[in-house]
Amino acid sequence: MSKMLHKGFAVLCSIMMLSTVLVGCGSKEEAQSKTEDKKESTTVNAEVKTEEAKPAEKATVTLLMDKDFPKEGVDAVIAQMEKDLNIVTELEIIPGGAEGENIRKTRLATGDMTDICFFNTGSLLPTLNPEQNFLDITDEAYMANVDEGFKVTAGVNGKVYGIPASSSMVGGWLYNKKIYEELGLSVPKTWAELMENCEKIKAAGKTAVIGSYKDDWTSQLILLADYYNVQAENPNFAADYTANKAKFATTPVALRGFEKLQEVSKRGFLNKDALATTYDIALKMLAEGSGAHYPMLTFALPTIEASFPDKIQDIGVFAQPGDNPDKNGLTVWMPNAFYINKNSEKLDVVKKWAEYYLSEKGIAAYASAVKPVGPFVIKGAKLPEDSYAGVKDMLPYFDAGKTAPALEFVSAVKGPNLPQITIECGSDLRPAEECAAIYDKDVEKQAKQLGLAGW
Amino acid sequence: MTKKHYSYILILPAALIYSVIFLLPTVMSFFFSMTRWTLTDWEFIGFENFVTFFSEPSLNIGFKNTIIYATMTSGLKVVLGLLIGVFLCSNIKTKNYLRSIVFFPNLLSTLAVGMTFSSLMHPTQGLINQMLTVFNITGIDWLGNVKLALFSIIGVDVWKGVGVATVIYIAGIMSIPMEYNEALMIDGGSSWDKFWNITLPLCRPAMNSVIILSFIGGLRTFDLVWVMTKGGPGFATDLLASIIYKQYCGGFYGLSTAGNVILFLFVAVLVIPLYIFLNKKEVDL
Repeated sequence: MSKMLHKGFAVLCSIMMLSTVLVGCGSKEEAQSKTEDKKESTTVNAEVKTEEAKPAEKATVTLLMDKDFPKEGVDAVIAQMEKDLNIVTELEIIPGGAEGENIRKTRLATGDMTDICFFNTGSLLPTLNPEQNFLDITDEAYMANVDEGFKVTAGVNGKVYGIPASSSMVGGWLYNKKIYEELGLSVPKTWAELMENCEKIKAAGKTAVIGSYKDDWTSQLILLADYYNVQAENPNFAADYTANKAKFATTPVALRGFEKLQEVSKRGFLNKDALATTYDIALKMLAEGSGAHYPMLTFALPTIEASFPDKIQDIGVFAQPGDNPDKNGLTVWMPNAFYINKNSEKLDVVKKWAEYYLSEKGIAAYASAVKPVGPFVIKGAKLPEDSYAGVKDMLPYFDAGKTAPALEFVSAVKGPNLPQITIECGSDLRPAEECAAIYDKDVEKQAKQLGLAGW
Repeated sequence: MTKKHYSYILILPAALIYSVIFLLPTVMSFFFSMTRWTLTDWEFIGFENFVTFFSEPSLNIGFKNTIIYATMTSGLKVVLGLLIGVFLCSNIKTKNYLRSIVFFPNLLSTLAVGMTFSSLMHPTQGLINQMLTVFNITGIDWLGNVKLALFSIIGVDVWKGVGVATVIYIAGIMSIPMEYNEALMIDGGSSWDKFWNITLPLCRPAMNSVIILSFIGGLRTFDLVWVMTKGGPGFATDLLASIIYKQYCGGFYGLSTAGNVILFLFVAVLVIPLYIFLNKKEVDL
């Protein structure tokens, strides 16, 4: 009797265990069908809304943003949008750089992406597989006014996916104008002149070039900002490089970028604790005038203004000079973009969001909150009168047409280890030629992963 | 229903879960390590990932660093842990208080420890170098110097991990029967004799656990290195685990899976012989 009881109990237990497993599966399905229901109901809502025009029913979209991106402008547009269209945008902030890239890839692969995703344009975009994940907005009316140069970098295979998130910006040398005045220096047109300036600044007891290698991405700037000089000498470099025909190590003018980066360290122009200095500390050094130059993207200007509002007009910008004074121009970074998740449950709302972001109202809201860090990529949008001194410094280059997009916007090939390699090069740990060769090898992995022709 | 079946049925749920979340991914990772993988799509490329891993300096520097890291942290923990353990088993008044102090760093999160030490080790504003300047010593760049950075991290790891080693040693030493000590006292042995002839051989099992635990821990360290240097400057402090993580971040899923397979084999090849060797010694006693 007791044996039978035992047996019966055991069978009961196993049945219960198995059924828990099955129930587990079942409830998941249920949850899924529930979200599907929700999807349908929101689409219905959205349709109703378009018919009624306004005041629309409250709708919410989710947006994935980078921690490092100065988002005052985006916040202003979002706030205005909430007033005008009753669309609430919920921001989700994630880390930038490779970590953020990885979060995006994982969330896209698991179907957990927000409605709108903020991400780079140019070479990084194909890694998110936009054709599969993002909504094609090539023919949307609101994209008509967007600059063609931008469209190329925010798209793949002739299709456009991205909405410009900000103005364009420039990678060049931010410098402290006060120090230049005090020491009687003038803006250099060649690399040799720049080195002379640095020598004088060093003699005056200040840091000539600020390095902030604790934040590894900042170490790439001298190399990347040199691209204007590369393409001025060798216009086919980007195409050859993408097709595996040209290499950094074997193209002298491209190798110059690595050499320049190393020279700054070799001649003792860098701050001694460059490897422990962060981006924020570097900006502080530049604004307070303990450092004279900081090779950086101009998106640093609003950050400087936020911390040192009285110092912002002391910060100027010049292009990284090459060896020929006649060929002196700026390397331009296209703005990052918003991409619409193809599988979003609220496509209609998100489309209105995009349209508003690029509308006159949207741009006005943006410009009211944050001063642009370079020209807009929207036709007819003018820079405000009270722009930063640094941005005004950039205008002559733009007016003379002496600008070129950075390499990462004209070639899909960019190696993931570049920050580490430029740190090695920029702290003189390894000869520049060797760094270039290592980078050429690093790039190969990326090209193969992307399945590019010729690799 | 026979008795045999009955036991299998009870194992079934656990076995299912185990194979779905452990066995299956393990087998799959051996396959995906031989592909170029984009999470949604894959292309079979044979052993190319492994070749890349061994041929590229930015990848294979990890082997050297990992071995240095694991041997040094393990060695230091074994020696320091033993010394502190013996000391804390002797007749001192504040024994319990000191024991908790030694163990305390281990209660902290690795991330917090890493962040604290990276600011302590800042070359100009860090507390360590500022204290050195008081004594007129020019401090060094603990984490920025390529030759030194790895050893700075090793030091932090030992500081944090030596507590566990000490606790294991204390347990080992306490379990040595008093009779041996009495016999030694009757024979008139010194305290050195006691340490060398009684404590050291008889706490061998404890020492073996410390060696194995700290060595495996060292081989797969990731968090401390990542928070302190991210493998930098350059690649100077890159360990296998941080390199694998970077490949994964770069979107090279096949390559990083290959790295994991290599790490798995690497740990197995080093630890299994070590384990057999240590166990043999234990039996010989």
